Amino acid sequence: MTDVLDQIFILLKHWVLGWPCWPDSLRPILSVLLSIVPLMLVFALLFGIATVVERKAIGRIQNRYGPNRVGLPFTDIRLAGFGQFIADGIKALTKEDIVPRAADKVVHFLAPVALIVPVFLAYSVLPYGRNMTPIDMDAGVLFFFAAGAATELSVFMAGWASRNKYSLLGAMRAIAQMISYEVPLIISTITVVMMVGSLSTVKIVEAQADYSGQLPHWHVFTPWGLAGFILFMIAAMAESNRSPFDLPEGESEIVAGYFIEYSGFKFALFFLAEYLGMFAVSGLAVTLFLGGWTAPLAFLSWLPSWLWFFAKLLALISLFIWVRGTVPRLRMDQLMNFAWKFMLPMALINIAAAGLWFFLPAGFDRWAVCSAMLIVPYVLLGRGLMGGKLFTKRTYRYAE
Amino acid sequence: MLGEGIIKGLAETARNFVGSYVEADRLTTVQYPEERLPTKEAARNFPFLVFDGNDAQAGLRCVACQICEKECPPQCIYIEKSKDKKPDYVGKPQFYPKIFDIDISVCMSCQICVEVCPFEAIKMDTEFELSHTDRFDGLLFDKHQLAKSNEYYQKIHPAEAAEVDARLAAEKAKVEAKTKADAEAKAKAAAAKTAAPPPAPVPST
Repeated sequence: MTDVLDQIFILLKHWVLGWPCWPDSLRPILSVLLSIVPLMLVFALLFGIATVVERKAIGRIQNRYGPNRVGLPFTDIRLAGFGQFIADGIKALTKEDIVPRAADKVVHFLAPVALIVPVFLAYSVLPYGRNMTPIDMDAGVLFFFAAGAATELSVFMAGWASRNKYSLLGAMRAIAQMISYEVPLIISTITVVMMVGSLSTVKIVEAQADYSGQLPHWHVFTPWGLAGFILFMIAAMAESNRSPFDLPEGESEIVAGYFIEYSGFKFALFFLAEYLGMFAVSGLAVTLFLGGWTAPLAFLSWLPSWLWFFAKLLALISLFIWVRGTVPRLRMDQLMNFAWKFMLPMALINIAAAGLWFFLPAGFDRWAVCSAMLIVPYVLLGRGLMGGKLFTKRTYRYAE
Repeated sequence: MLGEGIIKGLAETARNFVGSYVEADRLTTVQYPEERLPTKEAARNFPFLVFDGNDAQAGLRCVACQICEKECPPQCIYIEKSKDKKPDYVGKPQFYPKIFDIDISVCMSCQICVEVCPFEAIKMDTEFELSHTDRFDGLLFDKHQLAKSNEYYQKIHPAEAAEVDARLAAEKAKVEAKTKADAEAKAKAAAAKTAAPPPAPVPST
């Protein structure tokens, strides 16, 4: 029974493929479609729900209700506001699509498409459950980052084709930020690749699937894994343009950044791509550091593997929302300083710590040495970057 | 240490998040159409016409003096005076407005009409749900829509209305006393005239 539940989607797919009505020539395409379409639907729906949850959660963080009005049309049923994303979708679809006269029309049209395609491509290598990886590539992690890097091109396409100084500035900022943070993002994953010895996402999850007693062997429960996870999450926030790194858009400085000249559904596509990028990179974080689809405790393994993957994914999405509700935005120079002066050295030190962890014998000594290797530079770098400045409570001479 | 502030901030936002579900007084939002705050005593938006008694049109205090029409800065009031007269609250015959229109899309709620009115006939209302699908006629209020009872006025602005009522009552009492005194004096004079022979001319001193 548990096995059936665990493999329910695979079994369903094979059952549908087994229907005699399909001609044999159509079967490979159908198999591909049966893998892709449900994934696209699930993550598009998750995007819709995440926007509402995010607004509600940030509302609660600020002691507000958040959206709680839109429900079923023509009735008093409100669904606690969860009809909001459908209303927003209808609004985005029916809005006028304005293309500036000076814009490069072809590139302007292609930019949102070129953004959404690589974002969806990144989903093809994530293991959603046991045997539930759309494409089990030998270089899955590499493919993920290759697809992720392609989004930068479309961001610049959008900024350039709009022929608007704000959108160009926004695109410049986005490119600078994404390229800077891609370095610590990838370097922090290198530790995992080193330890597992494979770029395949399936192998990385399998390497974490053991238990010692009840406790799992997730990478996050090692010094280098914890540091890598934190670095990865910070870089992921910057990569997906999430607050506190949402510099590419800034109402007071460059309005909406690189998608200022987009309206209607093209705007919604940028929004969708931003969230889908966040989900994809969260999914990769789950795969690399949080054990993918494995259960957090050995006796919970009877629950379906895909349930664990999505539970962890939702936990990371809530972490993104929580951080967005807490941290104020950075300035552009602070953003760059943080990437190159703090994230990059820490990620490089983390590689050395992971290497040492691999060669030292298991035991308390290994823990102590590797933790010290990470904590000492963390404290020193933190102090050094403060530059001797002491931040105390601000006092006002006149306004009290 | 680096990151300390972020941990503190995350704890604070988590406390707010959980607290908003536990403590009801954290959520200060009033969910408007279902929940409403009581209007403040000094609240005002658009003017209305006060009437006494039961008949809204017969009881209007307005005497169509047109002072408010002339004083109104955005000129949103239009008044047409009647040809005939009707008795006012003290019984004196007065004109009344045949047409009294206020365009609330023009009105700027300055209350100058209220301040210049010598008859306490125009006051500020607190009604604010006045949106309409017709932005011309739907927002042009005639005297039937504008007429509201003195009881309504007492309800929305109790202190101000009590003062106005006291002043009007005092004025009415004064007028009544005066008419009574006049009538008495007249009666006395008439009685004296009939009873006594015409008095001899008083010698000048």
